[in-house]
Amino acid sequence: MLSLNINGQSHQVDVDPDTPLLWVLRDVLGMNATKFGCGIAQCGACTVHMDGRAVRACNLPVGLIGERRISTLEGLNPADPVTKAVQDAWVALDVVQCGYCQPGQIMAAIALLRAVPHPTDEQIDSAMSANLCRCGTYVRIRAAIHHAAGALA
Amino acid sequence: MTTPAPRSTLASRRQILGGGSALLLATFWPAPRQGRAQGTPPPAGAAPEQGMLVDNAQAAFAPNAYIRIATDNRITLILPNVEMGQGIYTSSVMLIAEELGIDMAQVDIEAAPPGGGAEITGGSTSVMTEWLPLRQAGAAARSMLVQAAATRWQVAVAECTTRSGTIVHIPTGRTLPFGTVAAQAATLLVPQKPTLKDPATYTLLGRPQHRIDSAIKVEGRAIFGMDVQVPGQKIGTVAACPVGGGTLAGMNKTAALAIRGVQAVLVNTANNTVCVVADHYWAARKGLRALRLQWHDGLNAHVTTQTIYDQLHDGLNGPAIVANTKGDAPAIIAHAATTHTATYQQPLLAHATMEPINCTAHVRPDGCDIWTGTQIADRACDTAVELTGLPKDKVRVHCQYIGGGFGRRLEHEYVTQCVEFARQVPYPLKIIWSREEDLTHDRYRPAYVDQMTAALDSRGFITALTHRIVGPAVVARWDPPELTKDGYDEDLSVATVITPYTYPAYRLEFARREAPGIVTAWWRGVGGTRGLFVVEGFIDELAHRAGADPVAYRRAMLARNPRALAVLDKAAQAAGWNTPLPPGRARGVAVQFAFGSYMASIAEVEMPEPDNVIIHRVTAVVDCGRVLNPDQVISQIEGGLIFGFSAALYNEITLEGGRVQQSNFNTWRVMRMNEAPCKIDVLLMPSTEDPGGIGEVGTAAAAPVLANAMAAAQGRRYRTLPLLSPRNGADHKEQG
Repeated sequence: MLSLNINGQSHQVDVDPDTPLLWVLRDVLGMNATKFGCGIAQCGACTVHMDGRAVRACNLPVGLIGERRISTLEGLNPADPVTKAVQDAWVALDVVQCGYCQPGQIMAAIALLRAVPHPTDEQIDSAMSANLCRCGTYVRIRAAIHHAAGALA
Repeated sequence: MTTPAPRSTLASRRQILGGGSALLLATFWPAPRQGRAQGTPPPAGAAPEQGMLVDNAQAAFAPNAYIRIATDNRITLILPNVEMGQGIYTSSVMLIAEELGIDMAQVDIEAAPPGGGAEITGGSTSVMTEWLPLRQAGAAARSMLVQAAATRWQVAVAECTTRSGTIVHIPTGRTLPFGTVAAQAATLLVPQKPTLKDPATYTLLGRPQHRIDSAIKVEGRAIFGMDVQVPGQKIGTVAACPVGGGTLAGMNKTAALAIRGVQAVLVNTANNTVCVVADHYWAARKGLRALRLQWHDGLNAHVTTQTIYDQLHDGLNGPAIVANTKGDAPAIIAHAATTHTATYQQPLLAHATMEPINCTAHVRPDGCDIWTGTQIADRACDTAVELTGLPKDKVRVHCQYIGGGFGRRLEHEYVTQCVEFARQVPYPLKIIWSREEDLTHDRYRPAYVDQMTAALDSRGFITALTHRIVGPAVVARWDPPELTKDGYDEDLSVATVITPYTYPAYRLEFARREAPGIVTAWWRGVGGTRGLFVVEGFIDELAHRAGADPVAYRRAMLARNPRALAVLDKAAQAAGWNTPLPPGRARGVAVQFAFGSYMASIAEVEMPEPDNVIIHRVTAVVDCGRVLNPDQVISQIEGGLIFGFSAALYNEITLEGGRVQQSNFNTWRVMRMNEAPCKIDVLLMPSTEDPGGIGEVGTAAAAPVLANAMAAAQGRRYRTLPLLSPRNGADHKEQG
């Protein structure tokens, strides 16, 4: 049994320690906001926060997490100013298309804005280029991050 | 989105869809021709009358879109089109809401169960096909509700209107919610030709509306096929023979079953596919690795990328089908003083939707349920009926949000595969393809070779044009009756025959060459995307050859096409075509008419090195007829361009020993944010023409506009995709 701190709650899971966090979230705990895209940390669809930093859940073995705090999109406090600013900006600018990559994009954007409240285009590109979007919503993601940063000012 | 009800006979279908409702209106949804766009109208008599409104009870055919108004005033729109990012739920709601007199927020959406024969979402056809029928459905429902209210109030119908889900008696200001008269309205005859609103009075259509699926998608609540959780489900992952037509030679089943969590190893001998079932995906994945599958590669073991290209180039000579002809182009070319010939080559392309292929099925002795994302629910249902032998009304397809379609989910082989494995187990089985399986067993956009020859007048303009396309006919497998009796696939006419240009003499030929060992299929615009790269590249070559400005050259060719000319002029103006560029930058242009829409695009690029392209800016001017939701048209063009740039610059599926060599996003490069254009400006032309398609328009422009800009930057042509392919170097040498 492994103990994981996910969204502020302790979860006991009975899986091999090499199991990536992604599949514990999705298939063991039934938490589906975190998406599977590639399994090799190339696309960012599975982005979650570990101690507040954006990490890829698909190649993070649960055995290595220990006491560190994991947060997923469904566990975010919608009233948190950064979360709210980002989600509101995404809706206001109609960023989403198919929407499959967007949970990962939003988790990456929230982590970015917590670390860099007013990022430049270059800082956005650098933080977000690990997250693929096949629908090609990049121009709006960039604009939405600026929009959210403005709302937080 | 709630799970749709089962299909069955018309009566029970109606019963289920209308369950508990007071008014249920059905509208016939005209089937798009193919799952893709055609700029040509369907042949006479091919489709039933569009926009016919029927009362279910009298329906002579199965309708497949519904407005349901419940007595508690809940309004539900049941739609056959699937939402895969293109914003179709939003524009469908707008069309109905506008005529019915309700607010966007008052509408719930359900996915229609299969059964109407038209559940194909593809080819940028959705708005085109639903523009009239959905408005008519809304207007008919409005008319019946108003009639019912007017009768109750004992007032004239003309004194009533609808607003925000209520009927309003204008002189007195009295109101009644729709729900209170819905039962009465349902007893009235459905008007066959309801009066539609004057577009000048529209309050929703033509004005930007927020997407109705944004909130659930940014909060992670949208249920994609991947997210389906059926009680008791197990997770499977699969491996099919890596070489098409090969067979299973051996495996270590014991090793797989020894992995913790693995429940079963299933084999489909007919398709040479193995499925490992486990409690969760990771255990299934480990089990699949532990199998150490061995394969007999079979007859296609020799296939390489070069095999495919050689076969395509070979098709440039010898017999071909004449697909379109005007005048005697070959004779004019034979006698012309000046001619110009160019050969273009395009690769196999994968779809690589962000959501890998997946399907969940529960096959029981008495029924079968399927949960998946599909652009073609009817075929998903039919395949299960065929495999299980169950009656049609016992098979239910629950359509989920689609994490990227791009034509991939016009295929249903993954549904067939899932049902075949699910038949072998008593529990619901969710099959998830690894990204590696998704890329190596995709059904690919075909590779093509095109050759164009033009006879030129003294000013360098076309007097005759011949064009030969060599490649597969996708429709021959996907919808065989649509292959013409000569063996032509009319999808190939998009952006070739269907073009903003007119030529004095023209001949289009098609030499069919099917690729061995792989399956080819639709993509985000097969005909339009492949054709536009060739045609707009060639026109650009001719402009350069004539020493003409590429915009001015096209303007001269478009003199009799005001809509095309207008988008080109506006794009040139908006992009500052005639203004000087910073050092090191170059511009390229492309003009198109495809999927019923016009667009001109201009890209501004910089190439610090021959293999490094910075896209500084793209300007696109679109005339897609009447715009329903302007911001979503802009969004589709932005995204379509980036999708197309990704393929144009980087993507090529290659084969070695019959095996696809690209397996994940480390070898299948997708444009990232830092590589995407810094700026995309999309401008919409005001128009009252019927709406054209938009989902594939941006993608079609991407390769030609970028290739033409890169040609201007580097002073050489780019006739081979991907643009960063080393083959473009070889291409260069052939040019005089």
